[in-house]
Amino acid sequence: MKRAIFNDRLLPYLLLGPQLIVTLVFFIWPSGEAIWQSMLLEDAFGGSSRFVWFRNFERLFDDEGYWASFETTAIFSIAVATIGLALALLLATTADRSLRGAGAYRSLLIWPYAVAPAVAGVLWGFLFNPGAGLLPYYLNLMGVAWNHQINGNQALLLVIAAACWNQVSYNFVFFLAGLQSIPRALIEAAAIDGAGPGRRFWSIVFPLLAPTGFFLLVVNIIYAFFGTFGIIDALTKGGPARSTEILVYKVYSDGFRGQDFGGSAAQSAILMGIVVVLTVVQFRFIERRIHY
Amino acid sequence: MATLQLKDVRKSYGSLEVIHGVNLEIADGELVVLVGPSGCGKSTLLRMIAGLERVSAGTVAIGGKVVNEREPKDRDIAMVFQNYALYPHMTVFDNMAYGLRNRRTPREEIEVRVRDAARILELDEYLERTPRQLSGGQRQRVAMGRAIVRKPAVFLFDEPLSNLDAKLRVHMRVEIRRLQQALRTTSVYVTHDQVEAMTLADRLVVMNKGVAEQVGSPVEVYERPATTFVASFIGSPAMNFLPVSVNGESRTLTLRGGQPLTSLDSPSPAQDIIVGIRPEDIHLQPNGQGEAVRLVVGIDLVEVLGADSVLHGRLVGSEDRIMARLPGIHRIRAGESLPLFVAPDRFHYFLQSGRRMAQQ
Ligand SMILES: Nc1ncnc2c1ncn2[C@@H]1O[C@H](COP(=O)(O)OP(=O)(O)OP(=O)(O)O)[C@@H](O)[C@H]1O
Ligand SMILES: [Mg+2]
Repeated sequence: MKRAIFNDRLLPYLLLGPQLIVTLVFFIWPSGEAIWQSMLLEDAFGGSSRFVWFRNFERLFDDEGYWASFETTAIFSIAVATIGLALALLLATTADRSLRGAGAYRSLLIWPYAVAPAVAGVLWGFLFNPGAGLLPYYLNLMGVAWNHQINGNQALLLVIAAACWNQVSYNFVFFLAGLQSIPRALIEAAAIDGAGPGRRFWSIVFPLLAPTGFFLLVVNIIYAFFGTFGIIDALTKGGPARSTEILVYKVYSDGFRGQDFGGSAAQSAILMGIVVVLTVVQFRFIERRIHY
Repeated sequence: MATLQLKDVRKSYGSLEVIHGVNLEIADGELVVLVGPSGCGKSTLLRMIAGLERVSAGTVAIGGKVVNEREPKDRDIAMVFQNYALYPHMTVFDNMAYGLRNRRTPREEIEVRVRDAARILELDEYLERTPRQLSGGQRQRVAMGRAIVRKPAVFLFDEPLSNLDAKLRVHMRVEIRRLQQALRTTSVYVTHDQVEAMTLADRLVVMNKGVAEQVGSPVEVYERPATTFVASFIGSPAMNFLPVSVNGESRTLTLRGGQPLTSLDSPSPAQDIIVGIRPEDIHLQPNGQGEAVRLVVGIDLVEVLGADSVLHGRLVGSEDRIMARLPGIHRIRAGESLPLFVAPDRFHYFLQSGRRMAQQ
């Protein structure tokens, strides 16, 4: 291939500039600031601050509330990822079988993804509003007393459902694309080789979708960790009694409501670490597990 | 081991019929080649035999039993696909063992059968590799192996060699023929390559637009093509066709330029017919015994292939295009005119409809 030659040595920098500035201003700088802040301790009146090394982190790890939030996050993200992925896979296989190439139905399924998490939260809040919502009414008829504003488990269920609904279409698109990239002859060969539909799915389709599935798993966990802030804020604000307070939400509520800037910054530094680990794991695995 | 029977098999997609009633009886152990141009319905027919496409009308019977309603897995067939359709996430061994495992074959027997197949196909060293670590030819052999370990009643091949380079194709063609003769498994082989068709087939089915135009041994099809389509499809270069008119009384055939060609032994049913001449039946000298028809040809192109040369030109007088294939190398220049000779017993006669004339 011919290499493009730029005589102007400035041009590459000019072209890269805007992106670099955006990254610097909105990512690198605040991250640095957060890490710096995580090692400062403000005095009680917010006047001055002291450099305390890792004291904020130590304080965090001694805090039972922090571990509880970890547990909530784990339950929440495992539920969101598994339910979201399983549901999307089910929808995708159904759509792939009956609707090869039928675009209209597919784009309908994609719509929920276009709904911002906060809006999704409001939507589900209306639907499940204990006083006025439609679904609590029917649940009551079936003998289930629904009030996610008091019942912590119900609140957790609700945010999980809303988060899955919001994310499932994204997963669906990827699974469907993955399914359609599996050559039809492979499935036919397996059919001739004596495999029924179930066996064909588990021995051929599923392994070939594994790379897609793994990619989505990481994306979904990251989504559950960070992308669901809007849903939680709109639906439960972390309550009742912190039962839906996942880590990101705790960063916000400790920092902005509790005014504990050092502790909040330490929490975000830990979250950053988690993202880095997830991303590295993802790249490692994706490299290894592509079949073609 | 089984026979295969197609009775008036038809296939429609919606209101569009693409296979118009094919009848075929394949004997036990026979290798039948379906050959025809792209889009004529070879794959569709094969896939109906496999059970991958529904049969719209008619019946498919394997070993005397109608299988129209049976799933592919219950038809006791194996198929080799054009792109091999190997399972990319399985090793060569697992690819071959997959069908046996699905049928709950005992582990030791799977081991024995796969190793046997691998030995026959010279794949022993590759059993632990995955398909993407193999060359095209090796993948092709794995696909063959996957078919033979199952010991099915019928093998189906859909253009299995079309992704290989020319040399490997010739090699694998011979291998397939050898294997099929050793195993004596009833086989249906689809190709659009006439050389492959001629060399592999016990019997040829020449298809055109969803119809089996002729069924017969390769020699039969070559010697007595049933239609102009078959005549031009089988044989290379394609047969020459010269429109002629029949002079009723004397049964003399006259070319469009007025030159008399020969006379028919029996009356012709039509006034205007077509004479077919194979390029390889045209010679530089009249052929010793019997009369020979002399055709003067204005040459416009010579292709020297080494073993033989192909002359392209037009008949002087009638301007009909003609090709001749002469053995050896000939340095004839374009623009020259030269006399060429054909024995009239090598003529093929066709009606305007394309059908071969009953007599002759
Ligand atoms: N799903 C389908 N819907 C409508 N028409 C189809 C469908 N599948 C095949 N056809 C038509 O049926 C005819 C036969 O197709 P087929 O694939 O059998 O051809 P073929 O002889 O195998 O050609 P090739 O040598 O190119 O593989 C074609 O005209 C094709 O357009
Ligand atoms: Mg085909």
